[in-house]
Amino acid sequence: MSFHLILFLAFGAVCVGGSVNLLAQRHPINSALSLIAVMAALAGEYLLLGAEFVAAVQVIVYAGAIMVLFVFVIMLLNAGEEEETKGSRVALLLGVPGVLTASVLMAWVVLRHSGTEAVAIGALPGHPTDIAQLLFHDFLLPFEVTSVLILIAIMGAVVLASKPESAARKVD
Amino acid sequence: MSVGVFILVSAIKSLIVLFALLTAVAYTVWLERKVVGHMQNRWGPTRVGPFGLLQPAADGLKFLFKEDLTPPHVYKPLFLAAPMMAVIFALTSISVIPFGNSIPLFGYNIPLQITDVNIGLLLILGVTSMGVYGVALAGWSSNNKYSLLGGLRASAQMVSYEIALGLSLVGVLIQSGSFSLRTIVDAQGGRFLGFIPRWNIFHGQFVAFFIYLMAAYAETNRIPFDLPEAETELVAGYHTEYSSMKFAMFFMAEYANMITVACLATLLFFGGWHGPLLGPPLVQAVLPVFWFLAKVFCFLFLYIWVRGTLPRFRYDQLMSFGWKFLLPLAIANLVATAIAVAW
Repeated sequence: MSFHLILFLAFGAVCVGGSVNLLAQRHPINSALSLIAVMAALAGEYLLLGAEFVAAVQVIVYAGAIMVLFVFVIMLLNAGEEEETKGSRVALLLGVPGVLTASVLMAWVVLRHSGTEAVAIGALPGHPTDIAQLLFHDFLLPFEVTSVLILIAIMGAVVLASKPESAARKVD
Repeated sequence: MSVGVFILVSAIKSLIVLFALLTAVAYTVWLERKVVGHMQNRWGPTRVGPFGLLQPAADGLKFLFKEDLTPPHVYKPLFLAAPMMAVIFALTSISVIPFGNSIPLFGYNIPLQITDVNIGLLLILGVTSMGVYGVALAGWSSNNKYSLLGGLRASAQMVSYEIALGLSLVGVLIQSGSFSLRTIVDAQGGRFLGFIPRWNIFHGQFVAFFIYLMAAYAETNRIPFDLPEAETELVAGYHTEYSSMKFAMFFMAEYANMITVACLATLLFFGGWHGPLLGPPLVQAVLPVFWFLAKVFCFLFLYIWVRGTLPRFRYDQLMSFGWKFLLPLAIANLVATAIAVAW
C-alpha cells in the first residue's frame, strides 16, 4: 500500500468519523466544529487526488468563511445543549437498514454503470490553469449564468433582511 | 534527492525556520516595547541584559511559572483547544514563505523555503481564514460577556477584511500568472529604466499595496483596528479569562501573524529577496536573505510606528471603511489591472 493511499484512507476515516460525530453531538457548537473537521479532511482528499486548487478553495470558502458564519450564529444565539429525545422505534428499525441499503446501492451503481474509470491518486487535472480553462472557456456560459443566479439570491436576502419602510420609521 | 534525504532536509529546514520565527516573535515584542517607549519619551525595558535584550527570556520564564487558571464557568474542551488552534494556524503559514534563492550545500541544491507548493498564496489565505476559529472559540468558550464580544468582533472583522485582502492580491496574481510565491518573486527581478526595481508596487500595484496594508492591519487585530481587545471597553477582549502559557499562546499567534503578513507584503509587492548584489561571492550568496529580512523588518517597524501614532476606530467606522471604501477600491483596482494586462 502506498503512502498516498494510507493518507487517503486516513482522511476518509476522519470524514466519516466527523460526520457521525456531527450527528451524535448534543451541543450545536461541537456539531459545527465536526463539520469543519469534515470540510478540512475533504480538502485533504482533494489534495491527494491532485486537485490542489479545489482543495485550497474548499478550505478558504467552506471551512474558513461559511463555517465561520455558522459558528457566528451559534455564538450570537447562544444556543445551548439540545434535549435528548427518545426517538421512534420505527425510525431506528427502518432507518439504519434503509441508509445502509441506499449507500450500497449507490456505490454499486456508481462503480458499475457510470462508465467512468476510477481516478488514480494524484491524477486529477486540478492545476489552477486547468480549472481556469474549464471555468472561463469551456463552461463560460453556465458559469456566468450561475453568477446571475447567486446575485438574485443575494438581492433576495437583502430584501428579506431589510425592515419595511413603515416599521423602520416607527423604531425611530 | 532520495526520499530519506528529502525528509531529513525538510525536517532540518522546518526546525531552523520554526526556531527563527519564534525568536523573531519574541524580539518583535521587545522591539515594540522599546520603540513605543521611545516614542512616548520612556525608555522601555532596560533592566534585563544590555538594552533590555534579555527581556523576552524573562517574559517567557514568567509566563511559564504563572499559575494556569481555568475558571469554573468555562466550556473546558474548547477553552483548552482555542489557544492551540490560534498558535498552530499562525505558525503553519510560514511553511510556504520563501526567504531567498536556493543554495548549493553538500552537493544538493536546497531552496530556502520549507516547501514550494504551486498554490502557496492560497494556502496562506486558507490557513489565515482558519485562524479566526482560535479567537472566536476563545471568546465563546470563556462564557464571559467581554470575551464573547471580543470574539464576535474579531471574527466579524476578520471575515470582512479578508475579502478586501484577497481582492488586493488578485492584481499581483494577474501580473505574475501564478500562485507560487517563488514564481511571483522571480517575476519581480530586474529594473525599469535601469534604476527603478521591477517590484510590483512600482509596476501598477501601488493602490493594491495600500489596500493590502490596511486590510492586513485589520486581519491581525492591530491598532487602529484592535477592537477585539479594546481594553477601555472590553477588559482584554477574547483572552480576558486566559492566564499563563495559554495567554502567551494568543500573544505568540498575534505576533506570528504580524510576521507572516509582513513577509507576504515583502514577497508580493516589494520584490522579496531582490536587491543590489555586490561584494565577494560569499556576501552575494547571503545578501538576498539579508534584503528579505531587512524589508520584513521595515514592515514590522511600520506596524509598531502606526501603533504608537493612531487612535482606535469606532466599530461602525471599521465596518463601513472595510465594506464601503476598501472593497470597492479593491474591485476597481482589480478591473483596472485586468484591462491593463489584457491591453
